[in-house]
Amino acid sequence: MIVVEEKLPKHPDTRILERFDNAAGGKIHPVLDRVRAAALEDFKRVGIPAKKNERYRYTDVGKLLDRPFVPLLQPHHRNFNVEEIFRCDIPTLDTLAFTVLNGFFFEEQENLVELPGGVLAGGLRQALKQVPQLVEAYLDNLISTVNDGLEALTRAVATDGFFMYVPDGVVMDKPVQLVNLVKDDKDIMVQHRSLVILGKNAQAALLICDHALSEQKFISHGLTEVFTGENSAMEITKLQNEHNSMTDLSSLFIRQERNSRVRTNTISLHGGLIRNNLHVSLQGEGAENHAYGLFLMDRQQHVDNSVFIDHAAPHCFSNQLYKGVLDDEATGAFDGKILVRPHAQKTEAFQVNKNILLTDQAKMNTKPQLEIYADDVKCTHGATVGQLDEEALFYLRSRGIHEYEARMLLMYAFAHEVIREIKIDPLQDRIHELVDKRLRGELPRCHTCLVDYNK
Amino acid sequence: MLTIKDLHAEIDGKDILKGINLEVHPGEVHAIMGPNGSGKSTLASAIVGRDYVAITQGQILYFREDLTALSPEERALKGIFLSFQYPVEIPGVSMVNFLRAAVNEQRKYKGEGPMSPSDFLKLMREKKKLVGIDSALTNRSVNEGFSGGEKKKNEIFQMAMLEPKLAILDETDSGLDIDALRTVANGVNALKKPDNATIVITHYQRLLNYIVPDYVHVLYKGKIIKSGGKELAYDLEEKGYDWLKEEYENSLNGSL
Repeated sequence: MIVVEEKLPKHPDTRILERFDNAAGGKIHPVLDRVRAAALEDFKRVGIPAKKNERYRYTDVGKLLDRPFVPLLQPHHRNFNVEEIFRCDIPTLDTLAFTVLNGFFFEEQENLVELPGGVLAGGLRQALKQVPQLVEAYLDNLISTVNDGLEALTRAVATDGFFMYVPDGVVMDKPVQLVNLVKDDKDIMVQHRSLVILGKNAQAALLICDHALSEQKFISHGLTEVFTGENSAMEITKLQNEHNSMTDLSSLFIRQERNSRVRTNTISLHGGLIRNNLHVSLQGEGAENHAYGLFLMDRQQHVDNSVFIDHAAPHCFSNQLYKGVLDDEATGAFDGKILVRPHAQKTEAFQVNKNILLTDQAKMNTKPQLEIYADDVKCTHGATVGQLDEEALFYLRSRGIHEYEARMLLMYAFAHEVIREIKIDPLQDRIHELVDKRLRGELPRCHTCLVDYNK
Repeated sequence: MLTIKDLHAEIDGKDILKGINLEVHPGEVHAIMGPNGSGKSTLASAIVGRDYVAITQGQILYFREDLTALSPEERALKGIFLSFQYPVEIPGVSMVNFLRAAVNEQRKYKGEGPMSPSDFLKLMREKKKLVGIDSALTNRSVNEGFSGGEKKKNEIFQMAMLEPKLAILDETDSGLDIDALRTVANGVNALKKPDNATIVITHYQRLLNYIVPDYVHVLYKGKIIKSGGKELAYDLEEKGYDWLKEEYENSLNGSL
C-alpha cells in the first residue's frame, strides 16, 4: 500500500498553528492559560474561516494568514518611550489614556491604576495577578460561544491587553482612551485581548484608537469583551486610521444586562484591510443598543463590517446605522444580522446600511439578515448602494457653489448622520474635522496624531 | 442683458427647442407661457446649464458673453438664478451652511473675503423678513420636510440672499395656495431693481396678477409663437391656448 499522506500539503490550519508555535506563548496565569488551551481546541475544531463561510465571504482570512508575517508571542524590549513617538491629538479631549504596544500592555507602573470609586484600569496580565477572581468570572464568557476560527486563534495566542473594572454605581467623569500601537521593523502579527466590566448603574466612555507607527505589513487583531451591568451606560468609539499595508482586525463583544444602554461608533478613515466584528448580546429586559459605523475608503483599501445583534430577552431595542463612501477601487462589505429569540417578545430592532460609490470600480456588498423567532416584534432593515445625488449636486452648483465644494458638502452631510451620534462633544468635533480632512484627501494617514511618524 | 439667438436644444436626442429668440433688458419682467411640453422648463434649464440639455444650434448671450461653455456655478456667480420648479431636499446640509457657502463663493468671485458670522446672520434675518419666510426653516436641512409652499418661499429667500441680476422663476406658482402665492410674489417684487430682470415661467395667468410682466411670450412646440404685452396673458386666461395653436399651424400651412 502506498502512503500518500506525506506528499499531501499540510492542512492550512496545521500550518498556521505551527507558525504560532502551537500557541505556546508560555505559562502566564492559570486562569488565562485554561482559556487559551480551550481556545486552541476550538481552533483545531473550527479552523480558519474558509471562503465559503458566509460571514467571511468578502474577506479572505485564509489568504491573509498565509502571508509571511512573524507572529509576536512575547513582548518586545521596551527600548523607546511611547510618549516620545506618539501623541493622540485630540487636544480638547481630556482622557485617561492607556497604551497597548504590539499587543502587550505598555505602562511604566506595574500595578493597575486605581481611580475614584474603586475603578481599576491597566494591563490584563497585571489584572490576573491582582484580581484573578474578577477576571476569571468574565474572561472568555462571551467569545467562547461563537465558533469563529480567527477569534479562536487570537484567544489561543493573546496573553495581554487592557483591563478595566467600573464598580456598581460609579459614573466616570472622563473617557478612557485605549491606544493600540504597532511598531516593528518586521512584518509582525500582533494579537491582544481586553476585558471591560461595568457594574450596575455604572457609566463609562471608551475611545479605542488603532495606529501603526511604521509602514510594515502588519496584521493586528484585538478582541474586546465588554460586560455592562443592570442599568449601566457605555459609549465606545473606535477610530481606525491606518496605512495601506496595515491589516486591522477587531472583534468587539458586548453583553448587556437589564436596562443597560450601549452605543458604539466605529469610524474607519484609512486602512489597507479592515475587518470589524461586532457581537452584541442583549441578555436583560429593556436593554438598548445603538451600533453606528462610518467608513471612508479609497485606492485599494478594503473594509468589512460584520454585526450580529442577539435579542435574547424581551423588550430590548437595537439600532444599527452603517454608512460608507468608497472611492477609486476600494471595496467594502456590510453583513448585519439580527437574531430575535423565541421569548424575546416586544423586540424593536432596526438596521440601515447606506453606501456611496464614487467610481465605477469601487464595490460594495451589503447583506442584511433577519432571523426572527418571536411573533410580537418590530424589525426593519434597509440597504442602499448609490452615487451622490445628481439633483442635489446641481442645486448646490446653481447657487454658485463649485462642484468640488458641492460634492464635499454632500459627502459631509452623508457622514454627519453617523458622526452626530458620538455624544462626547470634543470627540465629535475632532472626528468631524478628521472626516472633513479625509474627504478632502488631506489626511494621508494619521499625521495629525503622530508627532514623528518616522522616528 | 440676455440675448437668445436661434436656440435649438435637445434632450436625449429629442428636439425640444427649435429656434428661440429672446431679448431681455435690465429692469424688465418677461413672462413665458405655454401649454405643457412646449419647452418652457427646457429653456430655463438651458440658460442655467443643466448638462442633460444639449444645445445644437444658436447662442445664449449674457452681457454679450456666450454662456453655453460655462459651468452652472460660473453662470450663478455671474448673477443668474433659477427658482426651481421642484426644489430638491438635501438632508444633512443645513440651510445656514449651504447659504454661507453660496454667499461666500459669490464674495470670493468678486474678490471679497468671507462674511463674518455675525454679519451673515444679520443678512439672513433681514432677508427672511423681506420674503416672509418662517425663521425656523433656516434651522433645518435644505428643503428637508418643507411643504410645497415652504420650498417655493425658500427659493425666493435664496434669491434675496444672492441678489441675482437675472432671475428665472420656473413654475413658482405651481402647488401654491393664494396666501403663499401672494407671499412669494411680494418677495419677488420687493427684490425688483432697475438693473435686474426677471423671467417668469408659468402655465397660468394667476401669478401675473401679482408679478406684472412687461412682455408675455407664448412658447409652443419649441418656438415663441406670439409675443405681446401683459394683455396677452389675459387673452390666454380667457381663451386658452388653442386659438394660438391654430393660428400658428395655419401660418405654417400658409407658408408652404
